[in-house]
Parts: sequence; structure tokens; C-alpha cells
Amino acid sequence: MIPASFRYAAPQSVGEAVDLLAAHADAKVLAGGHSLLPLMKLRLAMPPVLVDINRIPGLDYIREDPQIEQLRVGALARHIDFERSQLIQDRYPLLWDAARGIGDPLVRNRGTLAGAVAHADPAADWPAALLAANASVVATSPRGERIIPLSEFFRAILTTALTPDELVTELRIPFPEPRSGGAYEKLERKVGDYAVIGVGVQLSLNAAGTIAKAGIGLCNAGSTSIRATEAAAYLVGKPPATDYINEAAQLAMQASDPIEDDRGPVDYKRAMVRELTRRALRRALARAEGGRP
Amino acid sequence: MSAPVEKMTVSLTVNGQSHTVEVEPRLLLVHLLREDLNLTGTHIGCDTSNCGACTVLLDGIQVKSCTLLGVQADGASIETVEGLEQNAQLHPLQEGFWQEHGLQCGFCTPGMLMTAKALLAENPSPTEAEIRRGISGNLCRCTGYVNIVKAIQYGAAKLRGEAGVSTQEAARA
Repeated sequence: MIPASFRYAAPQSVGEAVDLLAAHADAKVLAGGHSLLPLMKLRLAMPPVLVDINRIPGLDYIREDPQIEQLRVGALARHIDFERSQLIQDRYPLLWDAARGIGDPLVRNRGTLAGAVAHADPAADWPAALLAANASVVATSPRGERIIPLSEFFRAILTTALTPDELVTELRIPFPEPRSGGAYEKLERKVGDYAVIGVGVQLSLNAAGTIAKAGIGLCNAGSTSIRATEAAAYLVGKPPATDYINEAAQLAMQASDPIEDDRGPVDYKRAMVRELTRRALRRALARAEGGRP
Repeated sequence: MSAPVEKMTVSLTVNGQSHTVEVEPRLLLVHLLREDLNLTGTHIGCDTSNCGACTVLLDGIQVKSCTLLGVQADGASIETVEGLEQNAQLHPLQEGFWQEHGLQCGFCTPGMLMTAKALLAENPSPTEAEIRRGISGNLCRCTGYVNIVKAIQYGAAKLRGEAGVSTQEAARA
């Protein structure tokens, strides 16, 4: 399978890249390419211009910025970079879990977190994990930079709040609070398949041991990545007890709207949202309480 | 777009040898290797980024060459299965696949070998679980992976300088 013809540009800077995007409204950005190129080979995508950002130096960072108290992830940080990062393993277990389950090792060597967010496939793991983590997108255009909360970013399947001349240059994830934990649970039929369902959770406990903050994101449970806001809000102020976990899982299930496909019927998928939310909450709580795995 | 797209010049090193080719931007790396450079050891399996038969090393990192454009390899160093054998000596991993019957039809083997090479470069003494996780992006429809894992263990031992003794020989002894 061979993609339709396109013109190819490999800019050396973000400025050059966004100028190209501004000049070619139908251009697509090539980062890891593991969603875009398969779509182009199937001719489901036929962009006339491809802007390959892989040659832009300095975009592959994953670093904490104490000034804004956020983790900053550059547009070319690849899944494998999260998998291998001690910082991510120690401080952002939600992201570490999610990274290790994406695609297969060959996919993880190329695919990028920012690309997965910009692609906005509801079946992708990163958007669900990052919604739970309350992340935001830094979008750069010739007009400058703006910060878009991820909760306002996903508009429809494969559709985002980005304008055609904007490039996702960075993702920002708030520093984990004291006594916080996260987890990502993914049910998949086999390595390399999309999730049947995935659930990301990030939460923190206050001094009394009750839940101070919570975020829950659902993968492949609807036509966009879903932020289960009612379930998360329900948990705030509650002690980490089984009944509350079960009720939150029930609310997360009610927020889901999966379709029947070869990964299962609707009822099954909804039940899996409930069960994986339970598991992710339990693991996130164990991590918040100081348990390692 | 109606006007034909201009070809682009790609210079790359494949198995230590420099090449310069003129390609359309849409040419996939696997086609560049197989059709422009006549290196047909790299296989096209699923062509949908699932099977890993087309795995090559791009600057030492295992990638699916069906999911990379040839123009993306400009300036890169590529290793393919043809580069494993040196001076008529099989690479220890190739020897392992031979000794442990790590293949039946052989279609996935070039990709398995290249993934295994990258895996061992990073982790010379992987556990069985680490090998299985490492090759989880390379599909074999014949063997059930048991002998592929043994073959990689054999190659790993030999690369560490230990004598390669196949489980087949050990069973006969």
C-alpha cells in the first residue's frame, strides 16, 4: 500500500513549521507517524503537504519545571522515552503505566505523546491518561502560543480545538501533589491492538486521608476521549473505602458511551469501564498511600 | 494535486555502505530498501504496521520500515538482515535461529533478528519475560515463539562470549 502523492517538508524550527502550516491549510504534521502513515497508506488521509517535525532540534524533552510546577513534554518525546524515564516511573506512575501499554515496542520507539493528543483518536491511551492528569496543550502558531486545557481540546473523533496553523509543541502535566497516586488500566485482546477499554486515574489524599482531588479519563469508551467528571467529583471528600470506589466506578460507567464492534458488545464494554475504573482507583489509592506497585 | 511531485535526494548508509537515491516523498523505507537498493531480505508482511516483518534498525533503533518514509531516513544509518552475516560467518543470533529451529516458514525471521539485535544491544542478558516483551511487536504465525525465545537466548549467550550450546544438542547429549 502506497500513500497518495504529497509534498514533503522537513523544517528545522518550530517557526518554520508553523509558517508551513499557515501557508498550507490542508497540511498534516508528521511526528511518530504511526497513526498518520497507516491512514495515508489506506488513503483514508491524503494530505497534499506533509510537515515532518522530526528534524526540529530540542523538542524531545521530558522535564519538570519548578517555576510553573508542571511536567513539560516536548512534541517529539516518544512513548519509549516515558517507558525508560526514572522520573516518570517514580513521580508519574499514571503516565508510566499508559506508556508501557501503547501499541507494541516498535510502535513505542516512534510514536509521540503530543502526536497522540493531536490525532485525537478516542481509542488512544494518552488522551485518557492525560485527561485524568489534568494536562494542558501548548499550541504554537505564527500568531504566538496559547495554552488549551485538555478538557477543552477534544471536540469530536479525530477533531480538536487546534486551528490549521497550530502545532502542538508541548504538553503540560501538573506536578503530583503530596500523597497522590495515579494508575492506568487497559484491557486489550492482544499486544498491538487498541484497548477494549482503558481507564486512567489520578488522585490525591489530604492529611486526614480523604480524597482531596481526583481525575478520571476513559479510553475507547465513546466518540471522544472522556473525562468522567461526575465520578471524579463524587470522590472528593470521601474516604478511600470500597463503597465509594464502587459508586465512582458506577458513575464512570454512566459517563461512557461505547459502540459495539469486534472488541465486544456495548454492555460488556460498559461493565469493563466500571471494573477498570475500580481497579485503577484501587491502584492509584495504594500508590497515594505509599504502596509502590 | 495535479502536478507531479518532485523527487527528493536521500543519502543514507545501509549496512555500512553509503547510498544516494532519488525518491518520491511517498516512497516507504521498506520499498526504498527492497526496490531501489535490491535488499529484499526485509519483508513486507501485513503492510499495516502490525506484524514487524519489515523491522530494520534506524540509527540502532528497531523500527517498522513500512511505517517510515524513505525521506525520513535521509542521513540515517540503517541495518537490515543482510548486514548480520560478516565474512561468511553467521551472526550469533542467526546461528541461534539455526541451532534452535527458531523458524519454520522464515517470513518473520528478518524482523525477529533485527528486533533481537536491538534488544540485546540494550540488554545483553534478558530474562525470558524480557525477550517475550521485546519481541511482542513481531508476529510469527508458525512457531508459537518457544524456539524463537531459545534462539535469542542462544544468540545472547554467544554474544556475551559464552559457548553457544543449543537446547537441541543438550537434549541429544
